[in-house]
Amino acid sequence: MYKILKKKMLGSQIVLMDIEAPRVAKASLPGQFVIVIMDEKGERIPLTVCDYDIKKGTVTIVFQTVGDTTRRMAGFREGDSFFAFTGPLGHPSDFVKEPLEEVKKKKFIFIGGGVGVAPVYPQVKWLKEHEVDVDVIMGARNKDLIILEDEMKKAAKDVYVCTDDGSYGFHGLVTDCLTDLVKNKGKSYDHAVIIGPMIMMKFAAKLTKELGIPTVVSLNTIMVDGTGMCGACRVNVGGAVKFACVDGPEFDGHAVDYDGAMRRMAMYKTEEGRKALRTTEGTTHKPEKGCGVQGAQIG
Amino acid sequence: MVNMKRTPIGEQAPEKRITNFDEVCLGYTKEQMIEEANRCLQCKTRPCVDGCPVAIKIPEFIQYLRDNDFEAACKKIAEDSALPAVCGRVCPQETQCEERCVLAKKGDAVAIGKLERYVGDWTREHKFNLNDPVTPNGHKVAVIGSGPAGLTCAGDLAKLGYEITVFEALHKTGGVLVYGIPEFRLPNSVVEYEIDNLKKLGVKFETNVIVGRTVTIDQLMDEEGYEAVFVGSGAGLPMFMNIPGEDLNGVYSANEFLTRNNLMQAYDDNFDTPIRPGKSAAIVGGGNVAMDAARSAKRLGAKSYIVYRRSEKELPARAEEVHHAMEEGIEFHLLTNPVEILGDEKGWVRAIRCIRMELGEPDESGRRRPVPVKGSEYEIPVETVVIAIGTSPNPLISQTTPGLELNKWKAIVIDEETGKTTREGVYAGGDAVSGSATVILAMGAARKSAKAIDEYIKSKKK
Repeated sequence: MYKILKKKMLGSQIVLMDIEAPRVAKASLPGQFVIVIMDEKGERIPLTVCDYDIKKGTVTIVFQTVGDTTRRMAGFREGDSFFAFTGPLGHPSDFVKEPLEEVKKKKFIFIGGGVGVAPVYPQVKWLKEHEVDVDVIMGARNKDLIILEDEMKKAAKDVYVCTDDGSYGFHGLVTDCLTDLVKNKGKSYDHAVIIGPMIMMKFAAKLTKELGIPTVVSLNTIMVDGTGMCGACRVNVGGAVKFACVDGPEFDGHAVDYDGAMRRMAMYKTEEGRKALRTTEGTTHKPEKGCGVQGAQIG
Repeated sequence: MVNMKRTPIGEQAPEKRITNFDEVCLGYTKEQMIEEANRCLQCKTRPCVDGCPVAIKIPEFIQYLRDNDFEAACKKIAEDSALPAVCGRVCPQETQCEERCVLAKKGDAVAIGKLERYVGDWTREHKFNLNDPVTPNGHKVAVIGSGPAGLTCAGDLAKLGYEITVFEALHKTGGVLVYGIPEFRLPNSVVEYEIDNLKKLGVKFETNVIVGRTVTIDQLMDEEGYEAVFVGSGAGLPMFMNIPGEDLNGVYSANEFLTRNNLMQAYDDNFDTPIRPGKSAAIVGGGNVAMDAARSAKRLGAKSYIVYRRSEKELPARAEEVHHAMEEGIEFHLLTNPVEILGDEKGWVRAIRCIRMELGEPDESGRRRPVPVKGSEYEIPVETVVIAIGTSPNPLISQTTPGLELNKWKAIVIDEETGKTTREGVYAGGDAVSGSATVILAMGAARKSAKAIDEYIKSKKK
């Protein structure tokens, strides 16, 4: 059992938890993810790693309550335990393994959308610890969904916050914000990392392609085991079938077949909703939301 | 005069069993068992033993059964096999021990598998303890994977006094016996009993540890004090056919389909994991895994088809599984190969397009190569397609273990007699080495490795 040592609401629908998992904490690097099973009857769901602390033996996860499982997970309290917690899964971000001098030469822009800000954080923090300054754009539909702003400001050089509805920060999408930075504010970047809902990654990557910025995206697809065994996470990248769990989760943002990935994401929407209806009276999984949002997937 | 017909065994009726996931074969009663055991001719030449990959002393254990000495029968099998209740259920006996049975020349072979199962089940039901007390020898060995190979290696070494930890990537122990083989063929309780036995022997199990990600073999040996490691991590990544439409919604690998249903118990509404075979499902492949998927889909309420490119004779599945599948109304499209999976406007599977095949000249496997019949394409309307054509090795361990040599199929290279890899102190066996094979072969390989690991550690001590 994996104990919840800390729980904090980052907004009305976004939960942060520190989970006691010493082996996972020790092995985690930026870019990787974990699989959590809430209780004996739960699904295996892939979740973003937001932070890890080797000394405390904890891994910090962040998730949005978009489906039945995540809603019930949000009901767990400090001191409760999850049934299973495994990882880290996937490859770490490329820059972790590149020579530091090369990494330091790059001008990074990180773009996080919604809960996608959470997996951006450990990458930015790692780079800060290795004396690499980066810029971050974090966007969400509204102010309630903006998370980890203070933490990010401590780790990044410049942080740009934007909301779709203008309720906080720059009024507009992350793509509007990036266009503004590059076209009006004289910023230039030569490496972009985009993590968020699939639709957001699709359009942000389209923009970085136009701007000529090499781009990495992180895919959180449907998964079961997370170790390469099931193949549920298969995605088309540059014409080849890749498994997000063992080949990814990070891929060339300009080569991913986003439309195919989004279609596969919809696979369990109705089925999960059907199961959810049996247990709650609330609204079922909304197909237009949570699509690709880190921490929102069902496996 | 020996009865040339095998003693019938109780089974759930087909029309009943397709509505549940309970075991199909009910096993022999004591009377039936004795009747069947009495058919054994106790041949001096013992051809059945030669047919067994681990050379179980078959005539001896059958003789003990006839004598009503079940404890002795248990011990006799235990000399060679750690998992009789499992192998009695899943071994392809008709191509092993039973194929060689002298009676098979004129009639039915002795039902050796069913008798083995009887012994395994008797051991479990009577909680018969086969294990002598063990004195710990103070040496630590890590076993990766809790499937047939891992369990066997762990058991053999624990009995020699080694301190064993089994690392399992999933949240439940048992490997393919639990995630792959359905309850109707091998109940989880049978596997759990074997694992509990190992726990009583002092074997520790750490679930949710993915060796190669959570911890590396180097770390296990350098930081955690394991003197040797046995890799029994199984066959890994599912293969797809590379035909158009495989990325449509409703296309599964057999691993995914079976894992959802068996490990995650998706068939049970009390569990959260979804599965959705729809009204009809086509399963591509002809092995045990394909039969398991087809019969699972049927039990989940779908009309179920097997699509296999060779003929019935070449079906690699156990004869009993093919027979049961046919009884259950699984429709076999033999000498048929899928060419494309067709989707609807929303990207969901609506049909599988197939082409008829005919058998041509023998290929490198010695089987006649199936050749497409021009213009014979046709469609089967289905909502689900399950690809059950095999797996390729998982790269997680090999990528993170320097010095571990792989062959051209990316399987771990070993010395056949000892399971020794190219990395000192690291041994491997089972599907991680051979690719998809059988439980009994994995078990046999694991026994060799356990013996070699013992010798290796003893020689180091000197």
